[in-house]
Amino acid sequence: MAKSPDIGCRSCGIASCAGAQLAHGEHATTVALAGNPNVGKTSVFNALTGLRQHTGNWPGKTVARAEGSFAHNGRMFCVIDLPGTYSLSARSAEEEVARDFICFGRPEVTVVVVDATALERNLNLALQTAEITERLIVCVNLLDEAKRKKITVDLDGLAAELGVPVVGTVARAKRGINELKDLIDEVASGRLVPKPRMVEYSEEIERQVAELVPRIASLVGNALPARWVALRLLEGDRTILPRAVAHAKEINASPVPAETT
Amino acid sequence: MTLWDAQVGESVRVTGLAATGSGRRRFLDLGFVPGTLIEVVRRSPLGDPVAYRVRGATIALRGVDARQILIER
Amino acid sequence: MTDSDHRETVAALQNDVSRLADKSNGDRMVTALYGRAEQIASRTVRQDAAAPSGRLTDWIDRLTTSRILGLGSMLAVLAIILWVTIAGANVPSALLATGLFWIESQLTLLFQAVGAPDWLHGFLVLGVYRGLAWVVAVMLPPMAIFFPLFTLLEDLGYLPRVAFNLDRLFQKAGTHGKQALTMAMGFGCNAAGVIACRIIDSPRERTLAIITNNFMPCNGRWPTLITMATLFVGGAVVAAQTTIAAAALAALVLFGVFVTLTVSWVLSKTVLRGLPSEFTLELPPFRRPAIGRILVRALIDRTLTVLWRAVIVAAPVGGITWLLARITIGDKALLYHASDALDGFGRALGLDGIILMAFILGLPANEIVMPIMIMAYVGAGAMLQLDSLSALKTLLVDQNGWTWLTAVCVMLFSLLHYPCGTAMLTIYRETKSVKWTLLSIFLPLGIAIGVCFAVAQTVRALGLV
Repeated sequence: MAKSPDIGCRSCGIASCAGAQLAHGEHATTVALAGNPNVGKTSVFNALTGLRQHTGNWPGKTVARAEGSFAHNGRMFCVIDLPGTYSLSARSAEEEVARDFICFGRPEVTVVVVDATALERNLNLALQTAEITERLIVCVNLLDEAKRKKITVDLDGLAAELGVPVVGTVARAKRGINELKDLIDEVASGRLVPKPRMVEYSEEIERQVAELVPRIASLVGNALPARWVALRLLEGDRTILPRAVAHAKEINASPVPAETT
Repeated sequence: MTLWDAQVGESVRVTGLAATGSGRRRFLDLGFVPGTLIEVVRRSPLGDPVAYRVRGATIALRGVDARQILIER
Repeated sequence: MTDSDHRETVAALQNDVSRLADKSNGDRMVTALYGRAEQIASRTVRQDAAAPSGRLTDWIDRLTTSRILGLGSMLAVLAIILWVTIAGANVPSALLATGLFWIESQLTLLFQAVGAPDWLHGFLVLGVYRGLAWVVAVMLPPMAIFFPLFTLLEDLGYLPRVAFNLDRLFQKAGTHGKQALTMAMGFGCNAAGVIACRIIDSPRERTLAIITNNFMPCNGRWPTLITMATLFVGGAVVAAQTTIAAAALAALVLFGVFVTLTVSWVLSKTVLRGLPSEFTLELPPFRRPAIGRILVRALIDRTLTVLWRAVIVAAPVGGITWLLARITIGDKALLYHASDALDGFGRALGLDGIILMAFILGLPANEIVMPIMIMAYVGAGAMLQLDSLSALKTLLVDQNGWTWLTAVCVMLFSLLHYPCGTAMLTIYRETKSVKWTLLSIFLPLGIAIGVCFAVAQTVRALGLV
């Protein structure tokens, strides 16, 4: 199970990021960075944090979890670069790391990076992520490649369809990165509240979900979206329920980082 | 008929998956969902794997995997 | 709720779900997700006209992966990279050597000025410093060229095509197609190649790739291989020599690939048995690489870090070699005692005692094998390089009985023997297993001994030498 940034302040236990310089009592906002392989996610990571992690143009290059940090508007942010995955079905070790971090690692903001030239295929991951966390931002990267291929993406329209903030970037050239940082700050602080539009499944599945949600909610509280747990249960995942319950118990026991507005 | 039987240059449609469990999920996650259109792009010079265009990406699969994907022309 | 109540509720819920859930739910959910993704994309993405560059990728791929030209073009790319690296490194290496040895002479003056004892000067300057200078002068220029070239290919998106072309061979050998890429990385430096094996997910296949990475000749071995290859060819024009060197190196590489596949095949049938893991390779469209950034990236990340590690490992060897050449027991220096003891075994392998001694001392860094060898032949007290190929030929052939067989066996031994000290440490760090680290040292050694022995005995038996 992936750990959230694991250097905590000894007296109050609030998590801080290895790379961030924090004063006591301050804490860094954790930002998870997810996306398909080969979408330039690591370029976004580098652009945000200034850390030099090498990218190559072939999938699967980011193999270890990388952490970096940046300061913006007077706050510290800690970015976790998750392994590139096609899905969050936790089928492979990499998917499991990514999914577990987004679910149980409690990042305060999750950014899903998608490739502007392959939006349809990349949205799969964004939609799955939206079912797990509401604090989601979609970053449409590789806009320069899209332009070269004469592809245009309606970013506002995309935001309306998804129900989450969308920003366009050319991470290689650091374009759009400041806007991304602004969005991260706004979502983390609660000034901007994304309302992801859920994917509607078949009538039968939705019916079953409706039946399960109250029962799950009573066991799990608000630790995890009950809808998501219900969907996983209906898929046949037998490990998710005990883990969700254990997680709920765990976070009720420790303090939740206070949010400054 | 499986994906492996399709010829280079053909476009075929996925009708089902022979795999089960996590192997099946892998194909689904890659985009080989029933109803999807697949274009057979090219074959490796040594015969295996074969590159397929699926949902905007070019993905190479080995014969042992492509034989799990059922298609129709 | 008490804990046991909790568990009961959870169990009850789980049971209800098991009754409710349909096995095809997973399928249907994924289909629904894709359906929604398609819907959103159709509303928000617009494609104007036919994309020109999609065609470009396609067009290039028709060459890089074609039946006839695909493999040939890969070989050509390999040959070109080798050629450029060798040709490009020549002058800078010479310059570096000159500069570093000038510094050495200044150090000598310094030592003399402060009246330092002879042995201290010998150990520190003629031994440690010279060893270091050697490694830097020999290793830095080719790496500074090779790594950026390699990174360029990586950024372009060429490497997945290599894996695509060669995967069948790796399937047959029981390993993963991505091993082709880790092997390519091993050209620059075996330690870097071992680290690159992280891209292989399955531990079994990753271990295979790590153990066999040694059979790709790293930059440090190139000088030895190149010198051997050009030794018996006439002086001629420099350009021709480079071509011959590149060709010989390419041939050795192919042999190294053959050995890699064979060893992988044997290992995957014996100690590293298991199921083949999933192979999914995405062939991304070719992208224009950001050349400036790459040069900086490759230089800092790869070249300098590798160099630093090599220097740390190689520095002591210079000192030790000097000591061995200086400390005498009876009438001979320790160095010669050792080489005499190894001579019989060496000759059976088509080599001799001095060559073996050089390889043993060169364990920390492959670059110093040649200098140590020459030093021992010449009888000088410290490492040195000879200025011309003909002088070297005189030394080796006329004065020490070398034949073309010796040169060939040196090349084979150098290609196969064992990874350098840095690589060994890296292997241990990556595998966290003493067992695999030992195997990755002794298996290649055994193969090197076996192959050289076989070649030497066969050639002699056939009366060819």
